[in-house]
Parts: sequence; structure tokens; C-alpha cells
Amino acid sequence: MNQKPNERFFPRRSVLKGILAGTAGLTLTDLAKAFAQPAAKPNAKSVIQIWMWGGPAQTETFDPKPDAGNNYCGPLRQPIDTNVPGIQIGQLLPRLAQNADKYTIIRSMTHGNNGHETAAYIVQTGHRPGGRLLFPALGAIVAKFRGYEAGYNSLIPPYVVLTQSQGRFDEAGFLGTRYKPFVTGGDPNATRFAVEGVVSASITEERQKSRRDLLHSLDSLRQALPDHPATQQLVGCEDKAYEMILGDAGKIFDLSTEDSQLRQRYGRTSFGQSCLMARRLVEAGVPYVTINYGGWDTHKQHFEAMRRMLPQLDAGMATLLEDLAERGLLDTTVVWWGGEFGRGPRIQWEAPWNGGRSHYGKCFSTVLAGGGFQGGKVIGASDATGENVAERPVYPPDVLGSICERMGIDPDAPFPNPAGMDLTVMPSGQEFGEGGGRLKEIM
Amino acid sequence: MRPILLAIVVCLVAHGGDETPVAASPFEQKSWSIPANGVDACVKTALDRKGIAFAKPCSDGVFIRRVYLDVIGALPEPATASAFLADPRPEKRAELVERLLADENYADYWALKWCDLLRVKAEFPINLWPNAVQLYHHWIREAVATNLPYDQFARELLTASGSNFRVAPANFYRAVQNRTPAGLAEAVALTFMGSRIASWPQPQRDNLAVFFSRVAYKGTDEWKEQIVYCDVAASAPLDVVFPDGKTARIPAGDDPRVVFADWLTAPDNPWFARCIANRVWSWLLGRGIIHEPDDIRPDNPPVNPELLAYLQKELVANQYDLKHLFRLILNSRTYQQSPVRQSDSPESTALFACYPVRQLDAEVLADALNWVGGAKEQYESRIPEPFTWIPREERTIALADGSITSTFLQVFGRPPRDSGLESERAHEANDAQRLFLLNSTEVYKRIQGSIRLRSLALATGGDRKKLVQGVYLTLLSREPTAAELAAAESYGKTAKVDANAATTDLAWALVNSMEFLYRH
Repeated sequence: MNQKPNERFFPRRSVLKGILAGTAGLTLTDLAKAFAQPAAKPNAKSVIQIWMWGGPAQTETFDPKPDAGNNYCGPLRQPIDTNVPGIQIGQLLPRLAQNADKYTIIRSMTHGNNGHETAAYIVQTGHRPGGRLLFPALGAIVAKFRGYEAGYNSLIPPYVVLTQSQGRFDEAGFLGTRYKPFVTGGDPNATRFAVEGVVSASITEERQKSRRDLLHSLDSLRQALPDHPATQQLVGCEDKAYEMILGDAGKIFDLSTEDSQLRQRYGRTSFGQSCLMARRLVEAGVPYVTINYGGWDTHKQHFEAMRRMLPQLDAGMATLLEDLAERGLLDTTVVWWGGEFGRGPRIQWEAPWNGGRSHYGKCFSTVLAGGGFQGGKVIGASDATGENVAERPVYPPDVLGSICERMGIDPDAPFPNPAGMDLTVMPSGQEFGEGGGRLKEIM
Repeated sequence: MRPILLAIVVCLVAHGGDETPVAASPFEQKSWSIPANGVDACVKTALDRKGIAFAKPCSDGVFIRRVYLDVIGALPEPATASAFLADPRPEKRAELVERLLADENYADYWALKWCDLLRVKAEFPINLWPNAVQLYHHWIREAVATNLPYDQFARELLTASGSNFRVAPANFYRAVQNRTPAGLAEAVALTFMGSRIASWPQPQRDNLAVFFSRVAYKGTDEWKEQIVYCDVAASAPLDVVFPDGKTARIPAGDDPRVVFADWLTAPDNPWFARCIANRVWSWLLGRGIIHEPDDIRPDNPPVNPELLAYLQKELVANQYDLKHLFRLILNSRTYQQSPVRQSDSPESTALFACYPVRQLDAEVLADALNWVGGAKEQYESRIPEPFTWIPREERTIALADGSITSTFLQVFGRPPRDSGLESERAHEANDAQRLFLLNSTEVYKRIQGSIRLRSLALATGGDRKKLVQGVYLTLLSREPTAAELAAAESYGKTAKVDANAATTDLAWALVNSMEFLYRH
């Protein structure tokens, strides 16, 4: 939409670097080549998905409608300028406003479904339900192609959810149990982030070891069946588990080593500290982290909820973007913010809603940052009241396919599946409607 | 609690307390105490042909635990186990089988299995809705509890019409992702013919779909209510081709589903009895005679055709009484083998020359850990409408709804109930499971807070040996071997922990042992 002026002439940062390097020995031919075939951007390495379970209101976050009247904008009618001229966002997100150059807002997301589970499935798999297969969510796809099949062998599973399972929907789809996310449990904002199974509440290391010895001396069935596949599988898992429990891998969950001021900046809330934890995980190479951030299903007393929750979102997400950028991780980390749908643009003032917003899948917002996606832009637009897509519809598979591309996963490659069907990793958005397509504008 | 405890102590004094040497392997006994039956004759013929030997007979301790877990999905009370171990009569195994087939847990456990295959879940992507799930589960459980003959069970499901909230089996036609004639045909073939329609030639697939082409759905004024009916009003006669190639003309006004059900449940139907006989075998012996049990096709022949034919014949001759089949298999030497095979032949597992070791079902393991005590998994469903609140004392195997969110059940392989495939349920270990069992607060609480274990400590009054024997009987349904007893007794000293901690650690070690976690 509004491309930054310098990028029109120097489409790739890597090219710029090339020019600077030119003085240090690059030939003219090299330069010419660089212009003729711009070097591909390096792939992103990780995705942090801020999953706004319940469906966050676009109106109060990234697509304010201050001129639509009280029945649409309610009391929060003073959106604020961001650090990108021409882009405004909701008034309760001042720190995100100061980071708008880092992300792109998609204001024309649409799939038309208003049921939580179905919409959550559509937004995370790129498929409408039905047919013979249940498709995997993006996290499971990344766990497969950038995790297990790319030689990922960290003790920490490639797909982690902070802190509670999304539930009601099987993220792994037809890929099976191995690709389900590791659910941490616990609370990263507690004194000790007790990740289920990794960090024990009360057992000392010495006792862990003597217990293990006892287990090994008493496990008679294991001794009777040393070569049985089940035994070998169990022993393999157990060795890894103990490396995690007794070794250094589990220390990643110890947030007490982080600077306390930084922890404050993230916000001392479960969400804020989950953002910090997500940064630590991608720093350690985990390719996919979901922060399952619930509470956005604000049918009733919506504005009270926004005043309570948006400052938490603002602190956590803005600090995450800043912290990733400061550490040089933002270029290789996609941050994907969004829920299964948005919320009804028209406010329900009547009882029992008393100023609520309903489910709305027809037009809502999503945010993408980092990982090679350009920031400081807006893709698409909603109409004056936010009820319809006005330009450039974006369908769920467009977003997912774009993230795949940035992650170095070819969305158009064949996708083996148990039904033996002729599938690609991500479908084109055609079944959703006209005018979509991957987000070439920001890639 | 008290009478049970007393029984344990008495039993320990009577049987475990003296110096009688325990057999070297706790999993086997020297000789058979039961006669070979028709199943064994078939299995033996196949094994002899390959020169493969049967495994040894399993011990009584292994048998009681195995048959409890396999038949009712629960652990035996320690007092029950000790009485069984002490009983010298050879007929005690057959009597135990009879008792368990009549146990109320039998209905819960096998209703769970059928709800997997019939995809009973309230929500995405099946969308039966909560009221319908409760009704349908209740009906399935009743069918299992009353041992409804299997042909009638199938017929009622196949021919039902009515409201999803009022006519339970009508939900059969709603429990598919794809409510089209082709989608229904796929579900019917998978469920009752054990066949994946994707492997059929297209014309045959289309022919099967014709039988379900008049199934229709309509809404009512009640939220989430749906009527399943057969749309016969406008219909002309329907020409159909059965999967075996026979043809028929169904007169206008007749329900083609009834015609199909008649064909399917006829005693000489080549798919129907074969599919269920093979399934029952696979449920008890870990794999099908045709494997996988829901992938029957011409190029996937049975490994032991005589055995499958025998089971089929028994089932049809006994009016599709599934308990008859259970009884036949459970009382066979084949089923009562040790998990340790005697032959290194790679075919020994596929030909059933030992009992197959496999991890407990997720729900059964949840219940076993709850049974230890201290804490419980709590289930609820916020799927509207109505929200489902599940009483604390409800067992996990009795949960109706596959949509209920539970990280534990997901991690331990509960099937999502999306496809109806047997392979949806996972019985393999994974890293997350191991972390949970070895080191989670949940398992810690169950052991630390277990009233069973605490009462045992009190009742044995500081006698370490009796305590260890009691913990073994409670958690593993058997007595410790001499070596195990020695290791457990000396643990406190070597690990430098007090008596309470030593007991906790012993219980923790046994809960984490393969013997606790795997059917064996």
C-alpha cells in the first residue's frame, strides 16, 4: 500500500549490504547479478503465534473506526498515531503504536465463519472442515518440515504451547500424535515456572537420581523384554526425559535469570511472561511457539474487558517485538497475532450483552511481524463501519502459505497424507473466494 | 477401606510372610492349568507350520491384572488379587473371566471403544452436540451392558430415523464429517465391513452410496436438534447393486437402508461376521488376524484363515453374541501366554506366539493413577449447550464425549474420534508422557497423597517387608520376587532417605515401571 520510499529503489536490504561490501572487493558483475536476481532473503527460523483465543475485537485493536458512530465505536473512539505516518491503532495500545514500523496490519482477513472451533480450525489449517481428512495446524506443519524432518534434535519439542492446550481441536490433524504441541502447563509469572514434568516442585537432583536407580532395579518387565520395541521406545523417551530433568535443557524455563527490569517491561502477567518465555524458546532454536492467550470472547461488557486486557497485550507484545529486534532475532522470527475471527462491528448495547460484541468472521484483523515480512504497512481495508472487506481480501491460507514461504517450507509442494489424496502443503485460497493470494506485498 | 486392608494383612501373613521361594520370573508359570480350546488348535496349527513355539503360560499375577485391564479397563483391588493368587483351583481363571464379563465396568469400557469407532463427540468436526452425545453414549452403553446381539446392534444403527436428541441411534448418520451419500457409505463400510472405501473401484463406491442417497436431515425449532429421516416421499423405485455384485430393485416408499441392513446381516454375508470377529480378536490380542482390523481388502489376507473362519463360525452359530467370542478367546491358552516369547522368529508376534505388550489406553491409565489416589483428573466441557459438568468420582472410561478437553488424555493417545479408524488410538510412548510420569506434580500428588499407601504403612506397623509386599500387591497385583524385595528393602539405606520417603519412592518407581504402564 504505502511502500517506504527507499525500498522502491533498493528492494532488498541484502542488496544494500552488497553495495557497501562492494568497496571491499565485490566486482561490478557481482553487483549487476545482485540487481538482476535479488538474492533470496534468508529464511525465518521460528514462529511465535500469539493466539487470541475467543476472537479479539479489531475495532479496539488494529482497525479503529472513530467516525462510524457510537453504535460501532463505543467509548473507545480516540485511536492514536503510530510511529508510521498514516497508520492509527486503538488508544489502549500506546506501546504497540511506537512499534508499528515492525509489523504489518492486515485489515481485510475474512473466512465468514462465526463458530469458535470451526473458525479456529480454518484460521490455523487453511482448510474448511469436511471431507475425509483432518488437516494439521501450522504449528504441526512447521514441527514436521522445520523440526523433525530438518534434523531438529533439541530436547525441547519443536512445537510448544504456553501454557494451556487450545483444546476442542486436534492441532496435529492427520500428521498424528508426534506432531501435537508440547503443553507447558504452569504459570511463567509464578515464582517458579513449574513446567509439567520438566521442573519438579520438590524433588532434589540427588533424590531424582536415586529414584531412577530404584526404578531401573525394580522394572522387571523391562528386564524380561530388553529387545522388545515397546521397551526400546520407552527407554529412548526416558533417556531424553532425564536429560531434560537433570541436564541443562530444562533451565530454559527458569525466568529468574532474566533482567528484572526487562521482566517488568513485558508486564508481570501470565501473558507478558509468556512472551518473554517465547523469546527464550526461539532464541534456543524452537521453531514454533504458540502463546495461547484466552479471554477475548467478550460478548458482554466488552469495553470493560478491553480496558482491563489491552494494556497487558500492549506491554507483552510490544516488548516482545522490541526485545526480539534488540537481539537481532526479529529478522528470523515471524510474530503472528490473531484469533479465530474478530468481533461484530456493531455493538450490542441491549441486555444481556450490555455493550458486547459478537463473533465476526466476515472481516477482521491479523498482524504479522518479523521473519522477513516488512513492517510499517497495512494490507487491505475494511469499509467505513468495518462490516465488510473493502479491498484486498486475505484468506487464512494466504497468511499460512506466506508464513510457510518465509519459513522455507514450500506451500505448493506435495503433502503426503493417509488418504493418498493429491494435496499441497497449503491450499490456494480459491475455495474461500476471489481476490486473495499470498502476501507478496510484504515479502 | 478397613475390610480391604485387613484382608491384605491377613493374606500377607498367610501367604507372603513366610520364606517360600518365589519363581524366578514373576510373569510365567511352569505348566498350563487350563485346557487348550478351539482357538488354540487353530493357532497351534499355524505355529507348527512355521516351527514356532508357544510362549509359556502367564502367571496368576499377570493373568488377573491382564484380564482386568483387557475386559473392564480397571485394576483389581489388592484384596481381590491376593485372594485370587491364594486360590489353588484351576477353574479360578474361567470364573474370573465370567465375573468380569458381568461387571458394570465392562459396559463402560466397551462403550468407550464403540464410541471411538462411531465417532461420538459433541463438536468439531463431527458436531453431534452435547445432548445428542449423552443420549447416544447411553444407548451404546446399554447395548453393551445388555449384550445386544451384534447383528441387531448394527441393524438399529443402520436403519434409525428421528431426532438426534430423542432417537439415539439416528446419530449414526450424523457422526461423519461428510454427511453426503458418499460420506455415509464410507462410514458404513469402515464400521461394519472393516473396509476402507478408498481402496474400492469407483463404480462399487458409487453403488454403495446409492443405499444412503435418501438419507436427509432437517432442523427444528430447538437449538442444535436435527431430524434424520429417509426421504421416501418423492421417490421412484431404486435400482441398487450390493457390494457382492447382486442387484435388486427397491420399491418406491421402501427405505433402502433396511434393504442394505438385511443384506449385511445375513448369516452368509462375507464381510459382516468376519469384520467383527477380527476386531474382537485384535482388541484382545493387540493385532488383527487381518491387520489392521479395519483395512480388510483382497490383497491383505488373514495370517491365519482357519482361526478367523473358526471365530466367525462361532459368532454366527451363537446368534452374534459378542460375549461368547470374548469368553472363547479369554479362556484360550493363546490369550493366557506370557508376554515373553520363546521363539526369535520375526513372525512369532504376527502369529500370536506370545501376549502382546502395549501401553494402557489413555483413559485406563488416567483411572489407574486416580485409583492410586491423592488427586484426580477433573473433566468438564464448556461446549454449549448445556455445559457438561462431570462428577469428581466419574471414571474416565465412562466419559461420553470425545470433545472433552484434557491434556493428559491427548498426550497419552486418546483418539480424536474424527475418522473412526482403530489406528487413531495411540499406544506408543512419547517424550511428553515420560516427563509427565517421571516428574509431574500430578503424579507426585497422587503418590504423596494416596490414602491407600498411607493406610498400608499404618497397617503394617513398621514391618518393612510387609509394607513392600503390600505396595507390590496394590500397584502390580502380585507379590515381589526375592530380588525385588531385597532391592526395595535396602533402598532407604542406600538412598539415605527416611521410611516415608522410601515408601513414596518405591510407589513412584512401581508406577513408572513398564509393568504398571503396559498391558502385559
